[in-house]
Amino acid sequence: MIKKILTIFTILISITSFNSISYSIEPDIFVQSTVNRAASTLGGNLNKEQRVEELKKIAKETVDIYGVGMYSLGATRKSLNDEQLKTYNQVFENYFLKSFADRLAEYSNPIIEVNSKEKLNENYTIVSSTLVATDKRPAIKIEWRIYTKNPDAPLIRDLIIEGLSLARTQKEEFSSIIQSANGDVNALFDNLKNFSNK
Amino acid sequence: MRLNYNIRASMIKKITIILITTIALMVNVNASSDGELLLKKNNPAEIDDCWEGFNRASFALNQGLDKVIFKPVASVYRVLPTPIKSGVSNSLDNLSNVVTIPNNILQGEFSKAGVNTGRFLINTTVGILGIIDVASLIGFEEYEKEDYGQTLAVHGVGPGCYLVLPVLGPKTARDTLASTLNFMGGDAWYNITVANDTQHVSEFDYYASRVIAGVDFRAKNYDSIENLQKNSLDFYASVKSVYLQDRQQKILNSNQVIESMDDSDWEEIGN
Repeated sequence: MIKKILTIFTILISITSFNSISYSIEPDIFVQSTVNRAASTLGGNLNKEQRVEELKKIAKETVDIYGVGMYSLGATRKSLNDEQLKTYNQVFENYFLKSFADRLAEYSNPIIEVNSKEKLNENYTIVSSTLVATDKRPAIKIEWRIYTKNPDAPLIRDLIIEGLSLARTQKEEFSSIIQSANGDVNALFDNLKNFSNK
Repeated sequence: MRLNYNIRASMIKKITIILITTIALMVNVNASSDGELLLKKNNPAEIDDCWEGFNRASFALNQGLDKVIFKPVASVYRVLPTPIKSGVSNSLDNLSNVVTIPNNILQGEFSKAGVNTGRFLINTTVGILGIIDVASLIGFEEYEKEDYGQTLAVHGVGPGCYLVLPVLGPKTARDTLASTLNFMGGDAWYNITVANDTQHVSEFDYYASRVIAGVDFRAKNYDSIENLQKNSLDFYASVKSVYLQDRQQKILNSNQVIESMDDSDWEEIGN
């Protein structure tokens, strides 16, 4: 009887310990699994609306939308009050998810091969991959800036396509909109809202 | 006759003064080819859009031309069989060596100049006027184009203001000025087609090669351009950013751009 209790106790302890151990995910494996998820969504039998919804779900789980939003806002974020920041984060997330899903939904079955990774520091690793060529376009180099502050839950912060950063392009675009409106950040909010409602 | 000569001399003097003044304005006193300074100087965020009104009008004109001419032609070109497109692209790349090689030398990259000269000779002969990239097949390193704008940048000349030219598209003041060197003897292809009357090639060949290069570029980037346009809040600003990032990357010939993005803006953003 004591032996049985001890055995059960040992098993329970093992399970509890097993669950409490966290396993960090390697950034290249994270990228490959994210790409595979997106590819199976795009190559499946879903209609366009279902694809878009599924892609939005993937983006919410794998992209640091808050971080990308703050980066895209640049220095302006320091001058916003809490209410404005709250509004911005909301409209940016809607904009980002729509833009992300619409961009990807156009592709029927993109093949991305992960080639290598380079750890920049504790917080960032760059994962290099190639979007395989088709009859209509040459191969495209894609680098993924992965935020690894929490190694158990890495997140995508930027895509660098043939050396061109999407986050940087977005940041300069947002800056241009704010500048054109003489520094009024509401112009950016309106643009983001209009885009999401298209 | 005498009057004509005086007018021409005065014009040349004016142009020379304008060129010297422009270069002087663009050259940083502490010009240096140090990587970090080069990176900073050519940072897209640091480049002023001094003529934004003109640039946006010019950009709108180019978009109109693209819609009517380049996009329809590119959409047909991109569905041609891959060997034809590769052949065209390879021979255009091969031809660009006549500008790349002198720029390799001007940038002090003599080994690259040697490699590119070998590449050019092999591809022009064995590769049948560059149609087949034999050099890459036998293991030559990846080809990187160089131009006079990149050379000026490497020697410390700042980019000056951002500029969008009708038909020619986005540039910087430095790159616009530098591209005039192609017409002043710096481009051997131009020299034997337009500047000098040779029996084998004509002006038509030069201009045809320029137009085909434009179509080839548009076709290769067809989806990316459509995607960018569709998802941009301000397409003009997006194109400006993409162009300037690309120039920065080409000037540095390295991964420093990506590494530099590990900047304070990212660092401050926690989770």
